[in-house]
Amino acid sequence: MTRVLDVRDLSVSFPAADGRRFHPVDGVSLTLDRGETLALVGESGCGKSLTSLALLRLVPAPGRVDAGSVIRLGDTDVLALKGEALRRIRGRRIGMIFQDPMTSLNPVFTAGDQIAEGIRAHFRVSKSEARARALRLLEEVGIPDPEERLDAYPHQLSGGMRQRVMIAIALAAEPEILVADEPTTALDVTVQAQILEVLDRLRRSRGMAVLLITHDLGIVAGRADRVAVMYAGQIVEEAGTAELFAHPSHPYTQGLFASVPRITGPLRRLTPIRGTVPPPTEWPSGCRFRPRCPQAFDKSVLAPELMPVGPGHRMRCWLAEEPAAQVELSRRSG
Amino acid sequence: MTSLLQVQDLVKYYASSGLFRGGDPPVRAVDGVSFEVMRGETLALVGESGCGKSSVGRTVIRLQEPTSGRVVFEDNDVFALDRKSLRRLRRRMQIIFQDPYSSLNPRMTVGAAIAEGIEIHRLAVGAEIGRRVGALLEEVGLDPGYARRYPHEFSGGQRQRIGIARALAVEPSFIVCDEPVSALDVSVQAQVLNLLADLQRDRGLAYLFIAHDLAVVRQIARRVAVMYLGRIVESGPTEPLLSNPRHPYTVALRSAVPEPDPGRKHARIVLSGDLPSPSKPPPGCPFHTRCWHPARDERCRIEVPLLRPVEETFAACHYAELTPAAEALAEA
Repeated sequence: MTRVLDVRDLSVSFPAADGRRFHPVDGVSLTLDRGETLALVGESGCGKSLTSLALLRLVPAPGRVDAGSVIRLGDTDVLALKGEALRRIRGRRIGMIFQDPMTSLNPVFTAGDQIAEGIRAHFRVSKSEARARALRLLEEVGIPDPEERLDAYPHQLSGGMRQRVMIAIALAAEPEILVADEPTTALDVTVQAQILEVLDRLRRSRGMAVLLITHDLGIVAGRADRVAVMYAGQIVEEAGTAELFAHPSHPYTQGLFASVPRITGPLRRLTPIRGTVPPPTEWPSGCRFRPRCPQAFDKSVLAPELMPVGPGHRMRCWLAEEPAAQVELSRRSG
Repeated sequence: MTSLLQVQDLVKYYASSGLFRGGDPPVRAVDGVSFEVMRGETLALVGESGCGKSSVGRTVIRLQEPTSGRVVFEDNDVFALDRKSLRRLRRRMQIIFQDPYSSLNPRMTVGAAIAEGIEIHRLAVGAEIGRRVGALLEEVGLDPGYARRYPHEFSGGQRQRIGIARALAVEPSFIVCDEPVSALDVSVQAQVLNLLADLQRDRGLAYLFIAHDLAVVRQIARRVAVMYLGRIVESGPTEPLLSNPRHPYTVALRSAVPEPDPGRKHARIVLSGDLPSPSKPPPGCPFHTRCWHPARDERCRIEVPLLRPVEETFAACHYAELTPAAEALAEA
């Protein structure tokens, strides 16, 4: 496997009103191999989107990536890049698509113009060659009547078509990594299925790595190779997708699963997680999930590290040290 | 169970407007919809953006005037009422929205917002009003002391609880819930769904629950109506409608639900093309332009299928008896 992205101890901070700094992303480490999909899962405010913006050094001011953070794109140290060198990795090495394609598309240019612009920003090709490539990209993302749509303005396209155009723009520079931040959240469920098919096909045909950022465990189940669950700025659990869904171990992950209504199986009352996610200025000391955790115990006042609970499976919870967890671990590895 | 709300042949067209649209045909948001809601039950109205489900919700309680049709609520002909009687009836029928923030006045305390309905309908006076507001906040799981705070001080889930308390203040028997949990995080969504279920049990409330998420619908509603391009294409009890759908659109919608279970290999029917414009709906069956049904033919392009009983549901498809399951198609 070729490692395309290596993130270690990534922290992002913002100044608080009292002059101190708070950390909405706090010590996140993750890796991506070629052709792999990693899902970053969590609820609003957990830091998943900010993590993805930091990869491209797009953290909005006055926020900053803290010293000690490492972001390596292959051999490139992203945090050491400046000016033109930084601009060249954006789009070219890491492409990005967002939840709402309408706000990212320019309303006064056609779909074809916007895709061709991306191509010409990264490759020395003629206008007609760029247009021909744009047409091929529209075909690749499954847009019907691509020749016609090349000359369409964003407002003439449906939500699903706009998201396909955004994917085509992201693909124009042939990136190694595609960051998809809630790419289907604003779309209807039948259109969502279409877009997820397109992303999956492109990953296979181009060997692209995908960082899929989502709040929807259902999307993760069908698409990701590995999952990292975020809570309050930290990864609290990570595992292969099948392992995580078979043995969700962190009390927060278990809480998420118990909260999701199911379309099949026995109908039961949902078990919500009590309370709400605290804002990043008020994260508790020790385990950050402690005030909402039904299994919190005396040791939870100390901050846990990620600890092994199964094959390729780690969680940030002291329960991983409990005798019961250790027995389970040895049974499953033996 | 006794009938609470009857909707007959509801039609709502919006005139096309705008500088260049003078001659365009109207948008047929709701195009002949009929259903009934019983006391104390939940009927879910399901469909994708633009299918007309929210227009139905707003028109049945007359937040919008209908183009035609008839709605009877607690034996009142809703569209025939004068202003005064309509206002009296509004006490009994309420609505909660996806984004409660946009329906709360930012300059009014939460307590004042909840008290407004109580005062307008003179349900209490003096100190009794404050007491009722406190009790309502408690009933929706909030601290009674929050009455003195302003909407911006609350999270999305708390605001939705405030919206619910405000609707409950006038003691309705029926609440239109227009995508009430769609904007909430899953852990908060579960809290609000449980709250709605508890309130229904304790107060005998009926809900018209408008949603696009079938898993949420299964959790809250015993009956479902599926809308497509302004019409109900299938309706019936939730379980058979989800496990044995008869309309090809319901099959596609059901198969598109992503399930949090990586072991389950489920068949997806990916619909081709986009939703046709509701100002120019296709002739014949409204779904025929995107239909995948193996038996579809010329008849579908000409003749509008009517909602009729097929097995355990009602489906508006000429070939509903022959509709295969998504799994059968995937195997073939």
